[in-house]
Amino acid sequence: MQRVINERDHVVEDMLAGFCSAHRDRVAAGDNPRVIVSTKGTQGRVGIVSGGGSGHEPAFVGYVGDGMLDAVAVGEVFTSPSSRMFLDAIRAADSGHGVACLYGNYAGDNLNVRMAIRQAEKEGIRVGVVVANDDVLSAPLADRHLRRGVAGEILMWKVAAACARDGGSLDDVLAAAQRAIDATRSVGVGLSSCVIPAVGKPNFTVEPGQMEVGIGHHGEPGQEVVALEPSERIASRMTSAVLGELDRADGTALVVLVSGLGATPVMETYIAYADISRQIEATGFTVHRALVGNYFTSLEMMGVSLTVMQIDDSLARWVDAPADCVSFQGLGA
Amino acid sequence: MSREVVPSLIGPEVVNQLAHDIAEAAPYLSELDGATGDGDHGINMTKGFSLAASRVDASSNLSACLDVLSGTLIDDVGGAMGPLYGVFFEALAAEASGHEWIDAATFAAMLESAVRAVLEIGGATLGDKTLADVLIPSLDDVSTRLAAGDPFDEILVSMSATAEQSRDATKDLVARLGRASRVAERSRGHIDAGAASCAVILQSLAVTLRRRLTVQPQI
Repeated sequence: MQRVINERDHVVEDMLAGFCSAHRDRVAAGDNPRVIVSTKGTQGRVGIVSGGGSGHEPAFVGYVGDGMLDAVAVGEVFTSPSSRMFLDAIRAADSGHGVACLYGNYAGDNLNVRMAIRQAEKEGIRVGVVVANDDVLSAPLADRHLRRGVAGEILMWKVAAACARDGGSLDDVLAAAQRAIDATRSVGVGLSSCVIPAVGKPNFTVEPGQMEVGIGHHGEPGQEVVALEPSERIASRMTSAVLGELDRADGTALVVLVSGLGATPVMETYIAYADISRQIEATGFTVHRALVGNYFTSLEMMGVSLTVMQIDDSLARWVDAPADCVSFQGLGA
Repeated sequence: MSREVVPSLIGPEVVNQLAHDIAEAAPYLSELDGATGDGDHGINMTKGFSLAASRVDASSNLSACLDVLSGTLIDDVGGAMGPLYGVFFEALAAEASGHEWIDAATFAAMLESAVRAVLEIGGATLGDKTLADVLIPSLDDVSTRLAAGDPFDEILVSMSATAEQSRDATKDLVARLGRASRVAERSRGHIDAGAASCAVILQSLAVTLRRRLTVQPQI
């Protein structure tokens, strides 16, 4: 595979150097170079922290900024950050009002966050967690605690950060984040594999002419492999997967996020959105706000993910609150 | 009376041998990981152990060297393996502390404490298809042989054999924890990558300890 890199074992450090240089008005590397911190600071409010493996850009670094994340821990490609990285991100985001650590449900992240919190609490920092589990096809509804966290994390961060900005306490912020992720469902469809630079070969394949429904952000196998379909049919599979678990009685307004998985032309994310929004509206839901583009990727995987959040008035207000970070701007600003 | 012991001076040698053996096994570990995970287990492990080896002070004792290894895995590696092996070596280091000579009983106590630490933080039990499926039988074997009064050398040889057998036995298990659990049934038929790296670690420890075993007259 041809890549724009230098050392394949140094891609994360090299990316962060570019990211911090390009966006030095908004972000800076912390004392720990694997922690990226917003230049805005968290004085007087709860800090919002996340983190995860690299290869999902613009997640997680692109969401550091005003009205979003205060600090993120950055792991190797598709590998959880270390507990030290999470701990240093927590330290950076704490101004005495506590820290909400909001991340995705993966074994490595769970372990490292747990260890980081143990240490943070010894230092007198109050930390609470909410673990995103929005990927509907990664486990049945009855085993929701086993589901992976994917692009729904972005909406969870947005809500929690807005609540913190409103002066919410740590408990308020955690409750808002939990409510946001509980109201959020995602699904991904993969049309091709991806290659971790240091590994140099794909560890899974999607055969030409096929697609994997429910694929994970690291190529975890999905629900089924089927023949490639037009956008309209892909949209229909994704829409029914996410709407199937929502009750219209709880509200009909949705925030809809369609993300390419890395290799998908932005043009195609809009083609998918056209079909998705039509089908969503045909089922009696309405689109309160749409986000379309590359929000949460998987290296150069071809495909799209759909995330919907069912909103009430307070979730709508928090989603619409101003935010200004590299990859998420303009909302209500 | 006499007893078989290793000097705590072997610390740097233990870590260097571990780094060497992990690097040598890296392609195999990555291959195993690729079957159910993302194929980078060997790469991440090699990075962590090599970094630790480069940080070890040649004059440090076993406990101090294992502490450096533990710190590196916890601070710099990440993933699930960083903390799991991090607490493993942290507990080994704590139990080795204060011992100028390590005998079979001390080693068994070190291993018991290390296995307990991993199980506590990882939450795995026997049969989940994780490194616990190598750690638990290996520790049982060491404890049984120690109680039977077997020589230290034989205990180490037996631990290596048990680690290898229990690693191979993970092939027939279905993953219930960790990333491989996402593919559940698809994990059957593949040796677990964590179990494999765990066997490499136990065997590497046995190799270095056996090389430096000496018989010390007991007063």
